Amino acid sequence: MSDIVSRRTMMKGAGATLGAAAFAHAMAPLTEWSKDLSVDEFLQKHYKELTRDELGRVLLHLKEETKRKYGRDVDIQALPPQEGVSFAYALNLSICIGCRKCAEACHQENNHDRRTGNSYIRVLEMQQGSLDLEHGNANYDHPVPAEGKYYLPVQCHQCDNAPCVKVCPVQATWKEQDGIVVVDYNWCIGCRYCEAACPYHARRFNWAKPEIPPEEINPDQGYLSNRIRPQGVVEKCTFCLHRTRAGRLPACLEACPTGARVFGNLLDPKSPIRWVLENKRVFVLKEELGTRPRFFYFFDK
Amino acid sequence: MMRPALVAAMLALGGCGKDQPVSFQPPPGAPTGKEILHQPAKLTSVESDQKDALGRPLRVSCESCHSLRETKPMPSRPEELKEFHQGLRFRHGELACTSCHQAREPRTLHLATGEPLPMTEVVTLCAQCHGPQYRDFKAGAHGGMTGYWDLSRGDRMRNNCVSCHDPHTPKYAGAHPVMPPRNPSAHGEPDTKEAQGHE
Ligand code: SF4
Ligand code: SF4
Repeated sequence: MSDIVSRRTMMKGAGATLGAAAFAHAMAPLTEWSKDLSVDEFLQKHYKELTRDELGRVLLHLKEETKRKYGRDVDIQALPPQEGVSFAYALNLSICIGCRKCAEACHQENNHDRRTGNSYIRVLEMQQGSLDLEHGNANYDHPVPAEGKYYLPVQCHQCDNAPCVKVCPVQATWKEQDGIVVVDYNWCIGCRYCEAACPYHARRFNWAKPEIPPEEINPDQGYLSNRIRPQGVVEKCTFCLHRTRAGRLPACLEACPTGARVFGNLLDPKSPIRWVLENKRVFVLKEELGTRPRFFYFFDK
Repeated sequence: MMRPALVAAMLALGGCGKDQPVSFQPPPGAPTGKEILHQPAKLTSVESDQKDALGRPLRVSCESCHSLRETKPMPSRPEELKEFHQGLRFRHGELACTSCHQAREPRTLHLATGEPLPMTEVVTLCAQCHGPQYRDFKAGAHGGMTGYWDLSRGDRMRNNCVSCHDPHTPKYAGAHPVMPPRNPSAHGEPDTKEAQGHE
C-alpha cells in the first residue's frame, strides 16, 4: 500500500486536528455509508497491525455489539495459524450425490443470513462427461443423483496465487500462513473488486444486515471467519478456520453423509489429504488461470 | 423445527447413522489420539413398518423375538425368509444370505474362510471383496467422519461400512437435496444467474 494512503490513516490525521467530539460528528455520515461499522471500527488499525491488547479490545467490542444487535452471547476468537500446518481440501466426485448437506452446514456454521439462504458452497449439477463450469446448474430441486448428471460442489479454493487478493485496493483480504485467504470485515470497503476477480464465484457480498434468530446463531465464532458480518462487506469460505485452527474438521465435511470430502494438513505425511494427492488422480478447476488452488477434485475411476 | 425437505432427505438416507440434522456438536472429550469407529445400532435390529416422531423407520432389536425362540437355520435366498424378515430387499450381487451370515447363528457373520466374526466386525467382512474401498477407508479417504483432523487435540469418529451402506442393498440411496434455491430479490440473493455462470 506504499503509494496509497489508507483512508484510515487519512481519517486519523483529520481526527487529530478536529478534536474527538467534533470528529465523531463529522464522521457520522461515513458510518451511515459503511452501514454497520461504528466509528471505532472504522478507525481500527489493520488486523495485521493490531497488538494483542488492541485485538482483545476489538473482540470484546464485537461480542458486546453482537449481544446488542442480535441478543445472543457469543465467543469471538482470533486463533492464529499454527506452525507447521498448511491446509488443503479434496472432494471425490464419484461419491458426491449433490444432496447439498454441505451447503446447509456451511449456512448454519457460518451464521449466514437466514432470509437469503446464503452459503459459501455452491453445488453445481453437471452433465456427465463435461467439466464446463459455466453450464453447471446450482438451482436444481429434484431428487439426486439425477440420471446422466454428476455434482460439483464449489467453494473458495484458497488459491496460492489468488486474484482476489491482488485486486483489493485496501488490502482487506490476504493469504494467511496456513493457506487460508481471509477478509477483515472491519477493513473491507465493499468495492467488490475481489468478487469480480474470483474465477470460482466464491465470494459473497452482504447486501443487507444478516438476519438470524438468536437461538440459531452459532456462538463459536472467529474474527476472520464466521462472526456475523456487517452489511456492505465481502465474505468467503475460510475452511471454517475457527474450527480447523482448533484442530477440528470443517463443518461441511462433518455434514457430508457420503464421505466425499477429505481435509487435512499438507505438511503432515500421514494426513489423508496427502494420501489422496499421492494416490489419486487429482485435478483443480480452471487450472489454466494459474490460481494454484488448495481445493482438489478426484474421481474413483 | 424441521423443514419437510430435510425430513424427506432423512427418510431417503435413513440407513446412514450420521444423517442427522447438523447441530453444533461440542468437541469430543479429551484427546486420546485415536480414531473411534462408529458402531451403528442397526447391526442387531431390523426395520419395522412403523416410524418414529421424525418419520424415521423404527427398528426392532433382534433380541425381541430371538430371545424367546430359537433361530431357524438361515435360508440361502431372501425370498425364503418369513415373518418379520419378509420384506427384506436384497440387491447385493450374487450373494446368498449365508455368504456373510452363519447359517445356524444368523446374528453372527463369517469370513470367506468360514471363521466366525462378530457383527461389529463388518469392516473386516466387507474388506474381503471391496479391496479398493477398504484401502481408501484406511487412508481416511472413504467414509464420513466427525471430530478432529488433528488427533493430538481430539478424537476422530469414523463411519463404519454399514453406517452409510445397507449391507443388503449397498448402493448409496438417493435423496432430495436440502437448501432449496431461493427466489431472487433485488438485494441479497446469492445465487441465481451468477450461480449458473452467466455473469
Ligand atoms: S454433502 Fe457431500 S454428497 Fe452432499 S452435496 Fe455436499 S459433498 Fe456432495
Ligand atoms: S477461490 Fe476465489 S475467493 Fe478463493 S482464493 Fe481463489 S480467487 Fe480468492
